[in-house]
Amino acid sequence: MYKYNDFDTAFLAERNRQFRAQVERRIDGSLTEDEFKPLRLMNGLYLQLHAYMLRVAIPYGTLNSAQMDTLALLAEKWDKGYGHFTTRQNIQYNWPKLKDVPDMLDALGKVGMHAIQTSGNTIRNVTADHFAGAAADEVEDPRPIAELIRQWSTDHPEFQFMGRKFKIAVSGGEKDRAVLKAHDLAVRIVKNDAGETGYQILIGGGLGRTPMIGKVIHDFLPRADLLAYIEAVVSVWNQIGRRDNKYKARIKITLHEHGIEDIRARVDARFALIRPTFEGFDQALYEDIKAHFADPAFKAGPTDAFDAAYNSDPVFRAWADTNLAEHRVDGHAIATISIKKHGATPGDASADQMREMAEIAREFAYDELRISHEQNVILPHVHKNDLPAIHARLKAQGLATANIGLISDIIACPGMDYCALATARSIPVAETIATRFDDLKLEHDIGHLQIKISGCINACGHHHVGHIGILGLDRAGVENYQITLGGDATWSAAVGERAGPGFAYDEIVPAVERIVHAYLDIRQGPEETFLETYRRVGLAPFKAALYPEAQKKVA
Amino acid sequence: MARAFTPKVVTANDLLEGDVIYLAANDSWTRDHAEAELIEDEAHAQLRLLEAQQQALTIVGAYLADAKAGPNGPEPTHFREDFRRKGPSNYVHGKQEALANV
Repeated sequence: MYKYNDFDTAFLAERNRQFRAQVERRIDGSLTEDEFKPLRLMNGLYLQLHAYMLRVAIPYGTLNSAQMDTLALLAEKWDKGYGHFTTRQNIQYNWPKLKDVPDMLDALGKVGMHAIQTSGNTIRNVTADHFAGAAADEVEDPRPIAELIRQWSTDHPEFQFMGRKFKIAVSGGEKDRAVLKAHDLAVRIVKNDAGETGYQILIGGGLGRTPMIGKVIHDFLPRADLLAYIEAVVSVWNQIGRRDNKYKARIKITLHEHGIEDIRARVDARFALIRPTFEGFDQALYEDIKAHFADPAFKAGPTDAFDAAYNSDPVFRAWADTNLAEHRVDGHAIATISIKKHGATPGDASADQMREMAEIAREFAYDELRISHEQNVILPHVHKNDLPAIHARLKAQGLATANIGLISDIIACPGMDYCALATARSIPVAETIATRFDDLKLEHDIGHLQIKISGCINACGHHHVGHIGILGLDRAGVENYQITLGGDATWSAAVGERAGPGFAYDEIVPAVERIVHAYLDIRQGPEETFLETYRRVGLAPFKAALYPEAQKKVA
Repeated sequence: MARAFTPKVVTANDLLEGDVIYLAANDSWTRDHAEAELIEDEAHAQLRLLEAQQQALTIVGAYLADAKAGPNGPEPTHFREDFRRKGPSNYVHGKQEALANV
């Protein structure tokens, strides 16, 4: 894991000192709210419905136990005992007081964390595959590149006041677990026919009110060109991106209006101009960063304890079957800790839960944790023989729900329970769906099915790329939920198709139930997933199940 | 034709605490929606909003929110304002927590 050097530590301390003084000047009236707002946003501080909200970056989702302990400390000392993990590998605190925020940032600074550029029209927290460094299908660990991008983009003078925000994701797996095609810019680490590692660049993906799937702008960049090329892309967009209309400011619209050929030509020209100024410092920095991400000393040994528990304990077996993923090292597994207990708020962890996860990481998991965009926590490296003990510890904290990738593993934004932008609630819809399907005992039979819920068109809940997407709107002063079907957040990314008219708050869960029953009726067998069935049969049978009244009228 | 004016309250967030506050008729800020001044005249509403916005050392983001008269004082008419008045629906936090602890 990356450890701050003296420069990083001094930079962050100075930045936190500046922000402390800015808060003081706001409180004594030297700064107006209009002057203060861009400053607080650039340091991750929002004002939401009921309180301020501090959004802390967990760069590329990686953290160690000391950092997790500090997240718990913030929750306990300055908030109401919990934090909310978000779809961009951040954590949000919903109840801080303005005067306390500088202290919170100083506490974070002590463990090499910050809230810089988690808001504002800047390059945001760089996200990555949450299985980075552990996945069996990985070409190269994406975290050194992500860290390089974090350092380059932090306080980058050219990119502090752009037309709109800019989101970057990096992934090195064959499978895309980082929703690459929904990012302003994505770096996909690939191998060419000669077996060399390089970087494929996608741009112009994004969700929000105009969902777009990212397009490849460069197939294969050598590492030495990567940072200059990314800088060229952001620079071109920063110059020609629209500033007349904030809804048309993101690079996806720039790409749509100019076309990929035009953008590529502009980026190439800009790249040619700036590439010579990258004289190798970035490469030296990369090598330095990379050394921080060396493998831990993986344990050897038998997996007999795992096998015994797997064969004798059905609860452990169910958890192992859903929550473990293949690790690249023999005898190891990647364990996902579900932060989606049935009926609980997706992504919310209490201070006690965070401390226990930190403790487990320290004891068993080489001191590493990850946060996924799916709002779960991951132990990336675990020897299989430690899993029964880990499972028992998780169970005691309400963290052993066996539902990863299943219908109750729902992405949900905070919605109108917290967010000032929301048009409807998301959390209670997610809670009720999870509880309902748990009661029906259908979850494991249904299999892989991703529900994603957003409480407004900004789509923080990724509803467009949910197999079942739910969008909460305000229709004439009443909460109303639109359903999209067939979205896909992976490398075969697709934007879901709108099913038809929306549903009232008390109708949305029964509507989801009708979709799921339709799927169970028409699938060709338990092996055919919801998405595969949808791709085979299309929208029509689901529409018939959703709107039985309309069907009667037609008949 | 311009839309008919509907009654309003002036609401904002407290600068230091960040919580939801309402402007009362006596120019103080209250945490209780029912104690807010229900404004039935459009010109008066604009004036009260301006007066609120000048209090930059106390409040953030003042605006006019729809409300109606109720038996115990003004009540919100839109669900967003109702959530602001009460707090989130997933935990007993926010205003509802403060009320429970009285």
